[in-house]
Amino acid sequence: MPTIVVEVMPKAEILDPQGKAVAGALVRLDKSEFTSVRIGKRFELTVEGPITDELLAEAREIANDLLANTVIEDVIYVGEARSADDAQGA
Amino acid sequence: MRIGVITFPGSLDDRDAQRAVKLGGGEPVALWHGDHDLKNVDAIVLPGGFSYGDYLRAGAIAAHSPIMSEVVAAANGGMPVLGICNGFQILVESHLLPGGLVRNDHGDFVCRDQKLRVENVDTAWSNGFKEDEEIIIPLKNGEGGYIADQATLDRLEGEGQVVFRYLEVNPNGSANDIAGISNARGNVVGLMPHPEHATEPGFGPDTRVAMRSGTDGLTFFTSAISSLMANA
Repeated sequence: MPTIVVEVMPKAEILDPQGKAVAGALVRLDKSEFTSVRIGKRFELTVEGPITDELLAEAREIANDLLANTVIEDVIYVGEARSADDAQGA
Repeated sequence: MRIGVITFPGSLDDRDAQRAVKLGGGEPVALWHGDHDLKNVDAIVLPGGFSYGDYLRAGAIAAHSPIMSEVVAAANGGMPVLGICNGFQILVESHLLPGGLVRNDHGDFVCRDQKLRVENVDTAWSNGFKEDEEIIIPLKNGEGGYIADQATLDRLEGEGQVVFRYLEVNPNGSANDIAGISNARGNVVGLMPHPEHATEPGFGPDTRVAMRSGTDGLTFFTSAISSLMANA
C-alpha cells in the first residue's frame, strides 16, 4: 500500500533523556566513538490510492498539529516512503 | 458552585479531584472525555493520571478528545480551568497554556512531598494563598520537565504567569524551577504537583505538625469557588 512517512525529532536545544540513556549504554559497551544519540519518531501513514499533493499537504498538516508538538519537536521529513521496502507495511 | 472533573481513558485521580472539590465546598460533577457536554459546570478540573496510554506524547491524544473543544471554548470565555499533572500536559497540548512537558531530566519517575512557593495569588486557583506562601503538595510524575523557548519563559516571568515554583529541589529538570503556570487572563492554571492529594487531614503530605496532615491543596479549590462567587 502507498505509504507516507513522517519523521519527528526532539528540538536540538531540548534534552533527550532517552537518547542520553542509550549514549550511556554505548559507552558501557565500549562504543565510545559514537559520542551522542538522539531518538526521534517515525510515522508510516498508509493510504488507499496514489499519493497526491493534496494527501501530502494533509499529512504535513497532521504532522504539525498532532504527530509533533512543535514547541518541543521538529518535523524533519514528510514524504512518500523513499523506496518500495522502506515502509514496513508496503 | 458546580466544578466538573473530566475522566479520560487512563485518568487516575478523577475521583480524588471530585472529593477535593467537595471538601472545598463545591459540587463535583463527573464529565466524560467522549461527550460534547460540560453539564453547566462553573469550573473544570483536568485530573492527573494518564490518558490514552500517553501514546505519542503525554496528553497529546487527550487534547484532541471530543470534550476538549468545549473546554477550549469555555477557557477562552474565562471559565476557571485547572490541569493537574496529566491535566497540565493536556492543557499545553491544547495550547491553552504555553510550553511543553518532557521526560524528567534524570530519567526516573519521581514521587515526593514537594515544597512550592506561590508566586501569583491573582489567579482563579491561587487567590486564597498569601503572596510567596510556601506550601507542600505531593508530586508524582515521569514527564514533568517544563520547557519553553527563552522568549516564552521571559514572558511568563515578566507577566507573573509563573504561579508555583519548586523550592529546595527541582524534581524533574523544569526550566526556571517552574511547577505551575497560568494563562495571561489567570483563569487557566496547570501544574505538575497534585493539590487534590493534600485536602484532607490524615491523607495529605507530612508536615512539621503531624504525619499526613497537610491540606495546602484545599486552597486551590476554595480559591476557585471564591473567584466564582466574586464574579457571580
